[in-house]
Amino acid sequence: MTLLRAILLRLITTAITLFGVAVIVFVVIRVVPGNPIAMMLPPGATEADIARLQALYGFDKSIFQQFVIWLSGVMQGDFGTSISTRQPVAGLVLNRLPATLELSIVALALAVLMGGTLALLGTRFRDGKAEGAIDVTAGMALSIPDFLWGLVLILLFGVLWPVFHISGRISPALNIDFSTQFYLFEAILRLRFDVIADLIGHMFMPALALAIPLAAIIAQLLKQSLKETMHLDYVTLARTKGYSEGKVITREALPNAVLPTLTLVGVQFTFLIGGTVIIERLFSYEGLGNMAIDAVINRDLPLIQGIVILFALLFTIVNLVVDMLYVVLNPRLRHA
Amino acid sequence: MRDARSEVRRPLGLRLWLSGGWLTLLVLAAVFAPFIAPKDPLMQDLFLGRMPPFWQSGAEPGFLLGTDSLGRDVLSRMLYGARLALIVALVAGTLTCILGATLGLIAGYYRGWPDRIISRFIDIWMAFPPVLFAILLIAVLGPGLISIIIAIVVIDWTRFARVIRAEAMSQGAMDYVASAQVAGRTRFGTMITEILPNVLPTIIALLTLEMGIAVIVEAILSFVNLSISTDSPTWGGMISEGRTSVHQAWWVLVFPLITLFLTVLSFSQLGEGLKDRFDPVLR
Repeated sequence: MTLLRAILLRLITTAITLFGVAVIVFVVIRVVPGNPIAMMLPPGATEADIARLQALYGFDKSIFQQFVIWLSGVMQGDFGTSISTRQPVAGLVLNRLPATLELSIVALALAVLMGGTLALLGTRFRDGKAEGAIDVTAGMALSIPDFLWGLVLILLFGVLWPVFHISGRISPALNIDFSTQFYLFEAILRLRFDVIADLIGHMFMPALALAIPLAAIIAQLLKQSLKETMHLDYVTLARTKGYSEGKVITREALPNAVLPTLTLVGVQFTFLIGGTVIIERLFSYEGLGNMAIDAVINRDLPLIQGIVILFALLFTIVNLVVDMLYVVLNPRLRHA
Repeated sequence: MRDARSEVRRPLGLRLWLSGGWLTLLVLAAVFAPFIAPKDPLMQDLFLGRMPPFWQSGAEPGFLLGTDSLGRDVLSRMLYGARLALIVALVAGTLTCILGATLGLIAGYYRGWPDRIISRFIDIWMAFPPVLFAILLIAVLGPGLISIIIAIVVIDWTRFARVIRAEAMSQGAMDYVASAQVAGRTRFGTMITEILPNVLPTIIALLTLEMGIAVIVEAILSFVNLSISTDSPTWGGMISEGRTSVHQAWWVLVFPLITLFLTVLSFSQLGEGLKDRFDPVLR
């Protein structure tokens, strides 16, 4: 019963948050000076043409009326029509979503891999020079945001030692006739190794730039909770049983130390997804974020709205998944 | 048994000095830019475009760190760029701190309905991708220094509010707060005299961190061409230009990037160092 209540409460707060986001975007972008449809007009458009277009996009109504119309459309899955491309927003946005999702997931995987390795090494060689070095590295990696890491990587692996692609998502010369936009996942399923290599070559730098700050956070937090766990009785017991130190850390300490890190990684993962906006721009990666910046520059109000709502929805889903994982992974909650 | 406190203290000294030293240099550069800059940062000379820095062959004497595609002196632009970066860091950082910390304190200490309202707003703000939000605000407000500062404050206040709320909440539950209340202090008085001093180390650490972030946000906005006007020299604008010509003139990107990198690093290291220095438990 309490669980049902918790879920219900969660859904209501989620709905309020999404509603709040929608209202704020709606109001903010409608105080933009200048006529959003001005750029659609051919030279020599008459007053009547302008009025007709404005009516078509609903800009002749009050903000409140526009919001009601937009919201009732959204309820039916209609996010309006993009002004700059004159295509349905929902289709445009969903077409770009897979690129951003793949980038975020690869970045998350990199962050967990790098941060986890550093945390385990730091715990294994704790209180020594190695741990100090890891602390300093993580501290530095943490204080530099993804945008700067992206630029540093461009210099390192794009100019100085050009091994990775500096821009784009996939080489245009590659012949792919995939049925989804999830290029990487589909390429893996179809065992198209040429496509996988090309995608990774494009994705590696942006993903690494996004992953470095998160990896640093994971390294610090996981190491801290691992070290705390190492003093607990059951870990000492495992040690007296004759397990090697490495085994004690990975088998005994890790499963318990992961939990506190997990909740934080959830929040940080939403920051990472938010970071894709500028990183995609920096690497000309054709995802949602890049499209969002173009939409702002083009004053494409319906498109901006759709993208922001989708991001908000994405963040909410990530938080929900993390909370569920916490319950699943927490041995204390398992039988409750 | 070694003393845990001295353990914490020792390595911080050097970091504090290095970061403080770099930021002092920056302040000096910003203040005295007109006197020390070798060239006019806006002067263009298309015949001197993309000249390499002084140690490379083909360098033009007088242009120590080379020139950009329009023949403008990279060093002079960097020195003048420090002005804008520091103004944004100080003003936007401080205003963000004041707004966010105040709301965080109120939410965390008073709880009840103020907390519910503030927390709801934090939730909504957290659901926005911050960079997109910033770009959107600048598009609405129009480019310019004031717009950038407003955008940073509007976007980043949650960074303070979230942390300070949690801190104020845990401080509020402690005995010393209860005893202050028993001694007859008002709620507001207790918040100012008891809670605030105890969350101050965190506020200071966050503030210096925020100053670094503000510099980055300005750079990001310049990068998408939405910052100040294109002629006033900003590090972000230089980086943006350097990114497009990185294969022909790496120095246009590298020097501002190193400067930005060191500045952001210094702000955050300074914050960490100050936090420990002000921490009443460690003092």
